[in-house]
Amino acid sequence: MVDNISFSEQVHEDFKSSALAELPKEMRLELYKTMVLIRRFEEKSSQSFMQAKIKGFCHLSIGQEAIAVGVCAAIGPEDVVITAYRDHGIALARGISPKACMAELYGKSTGTSKGMGGSMHFFDKNKKFFGGHAIVAAQCPIAAGVAFAQRYLKENTVTVCLLGDGAVNQGVFHETLNLVSLWKLPVVYIIENNQYAMGTEIHRSTAGLPLVKKSVAYDMAGMVIDGMNVEEVRKKVLEAANLARNENCPVLIEARTYRFRGHSMSDPDTYRTKEEIAEAKKRDPIALYSQLLLDQGVLTRDLIAQIDKEIKKVIQEAVQYAESSPEPDLELARKICFAEEDSIEPPQRPLYGLIVD
Amino acid sequence: MATLTYRQALNEALSEELERDNTVFLIGEEVGEYGGAFKVSQGLLKKFGPERIIDTPISEAAFTGLAVGAAMYGLRPIVEFMNWSFALVAFDQIINNAGSIRFMSGGQFNFPIVFRGPSGGGTQIGATHSHALENWLANVPTFTVINPAFPADAKGLLKSAIRSNNPVCFFEGERLYGIQGDVPEEKDFLVPIGKAQIVTEGKDVTVLSSGFSTHVVLQALETLSKENISVEMIDLRTIKPYDFDLVASSLQKTNRLVIVEEGKPFAGWGAQIAYDVQHLLFDELDAPIYRVSNLDIPNPYNGKLEQEILPNPLRVIQAVHNVLR
Ligand SMILES: Cc1ncc(C[n+]2csc(CCOP(=O)(O)OP(=O)(O)O)c2C)c(N)n1
Ligand SMILES: [Mg+2]
Repeated sequence: MVDNISFSEQVHEDFKSSALAELPKEMRLELYKTMVLIRRFEEKSSQSFMQAKIKGFCHLSIGQEAIAVGVCAAIGPEDVVITAYRDHGIALARGISPKACMAELYGKSTGTSKGMGGSMHFFDKNKKFFGGHAIVAAQCPIAAGVAFAQRYLKENTVTVCLLGDGAVNQGVFHETLNLVSLWKLPVVYIIENNQYAMGTEIHRSTAGLPLVKKSVAYDMAGMVIDGMNVEEVRKKVLEAANLARNENCPVLIEARTYRFRGHSMSDPDTYRTKEEIAEAKKRDPIALYSQLLLDQGVLTRDLIAQIDKEIKKVIQEAVQYAESSPEPDLELARKICFAEEDSIEPPQRPLYGLIVD
Repeated sequence: MATLTYRQALNEALSEELERDNTVFLIGEEVGEYGGAFKVSQGLLKKFGPERIIDTPISEAAFTGLAVGAAMYGLRPIVEFMNWSFALVAFDQIINNAGSIRFMSGGQFNFPIVFRGPSGGGTQIGATHSHALENWLANVPTFTVINPAFPADAKGLLKSAIRSNNPVCFFEGERLYGIQGDVPEEKDFLVPIGKAQIVTEGKDVTVLSSGFSTHVVLQALETLSKENISVEMIDLRTIKPYDFDLVASSLQKTNRLVIVEEGKPFAGWGAQIAYDVQHLLFDELDAPIYRVSNLDIPNPYNGKLEQEILPNPLRVIQAVHNVLR
């Protein structure tokens, strides 16, 4: 862990002095705002969870916002993003409305998944956001399949797939890397290495660290990036996406980060020390970025306050929308089970299990 | 009509649908160069090229998941399992992903995907290779489960399955690939999903089966007809959703039901049908329903013993005698 942090600080130094500052001002403000939006959205969902308005599991990505925002800033609207269950941040960064996201957390029919998926299963086909996948590593081969289809259809698009450091120990992750490398599919895998899989610190679960080395066995391009630095994430993911898009070279990225909250809302966080968390928070991606933008005169204290106010309003509206939206009913649940048929006679499908008089 | 083997009928179905729709592709182990472990895809690589007939490493979870992702993006994958038993290592991709994502996304994604391959025991390859997974897959709310017995149905149903916009689990009888039958020649010959067929008309007892079990019943019929027992034999073809109406109309005539299924007995599809029938047609029944299934023992290698454990003509005959008692 210590080596991660020193590594990251080094990268952060590089970033400060590098050509990264070239990004247009509007874009930099956008990156900042989106990170703040995610942070406030999740703080609000944490409150609503405590009030038992949000149920089930609720995994917050607080501390990891720079990855979500950097990734979405690096790819185009026609590219596809897919992730694990810690999906609120990347969904918002992808441009899904906070209203639809909050409504999904509230289990309402106006949610991203009509209240059928919940926190871990956000989807938005139009925004090319392919989920929200709650079985660890299950999204990995799906991403390969989307990339396969992108190439099959002769598009110039790519797929970006996020996964946790814990997912690296699932068999399907390895099977998938072998396939995408063998077939040179246009896909980028990004491991959000927050150093823990639930309560298991990475050295207790994973041989062959650093994680980026997993790329070597499959002859893929590998990169390590500072996941606390939004502009670096954007830049490196852009490079990776270009490799995948133009050079038929799938990439594996290890993005080093830290989650500031428990694994999920129900985690008392007993497996790591307060000091460790406090140390990690010194590299809060939002604080780092706002300081940088303040130093460079892109942000001012006033502007920060104004942005906070705007976002507060957006979040309030999202909560109101979620609270006042209708619940889904059995009829809707039944209807969405099957796609309409257009090339065959549609079979009759009784609802087995229903008691008929 | 052409006389084709079950294998050739499947091959024609694949070939015609690949021809008809460019978004259809076939993926699996040995489907290309080798022509399929059971030669179902023979010749397709030459016709359609390696972009659409895709040989994979031995990575069922990855290539099944890949097919799921490709379906989400608008393609129409056909996934061949060299043996349905090997699908067990891809169950997360099949059940959670192909089976649940449409629902969990509020209906945003379509899954026009066919999972197919040989299924069932009887070939002395031991318990790991002899599963009949129809029941397991029928337990997934969004799956259509098909198990044809004859070449014509194999062709017509596989074509329907490929054209369906929903996930289909297509179970081919490993012991049926070589059987012959008449198959209609027109290009758009489809057999509708969810429709059973009457194989022989009769009035004393209805015997319901699918896939290889239908052939077991046919064998039993040779004895039963000598005993002057008139059997109405229904071949289910689609296990889920199954053709309740045809079963009901047959029972109005015979009032007696025997169900023959290849799977293990506990929570089998036959149990569901028996439940539905006693629940909805209680007054039609003159006798308890009998089920002939695999015995609740893993399939053994020993041939004689495996035949004893599988549904066999003797047990079918016994069940028919019992239901007529
Ligand atoms: C196949 C499977 N096993 C176990 C779980 C329970 N589980 C959910 S998240 C998690 C930890 C995953 O950690 P990581 O991949 O590092 O992601 P992070 O939570 O840190 O984002 C576990 C064990 C699961 N969802 N799926
Ligand atoms: Mg982790």
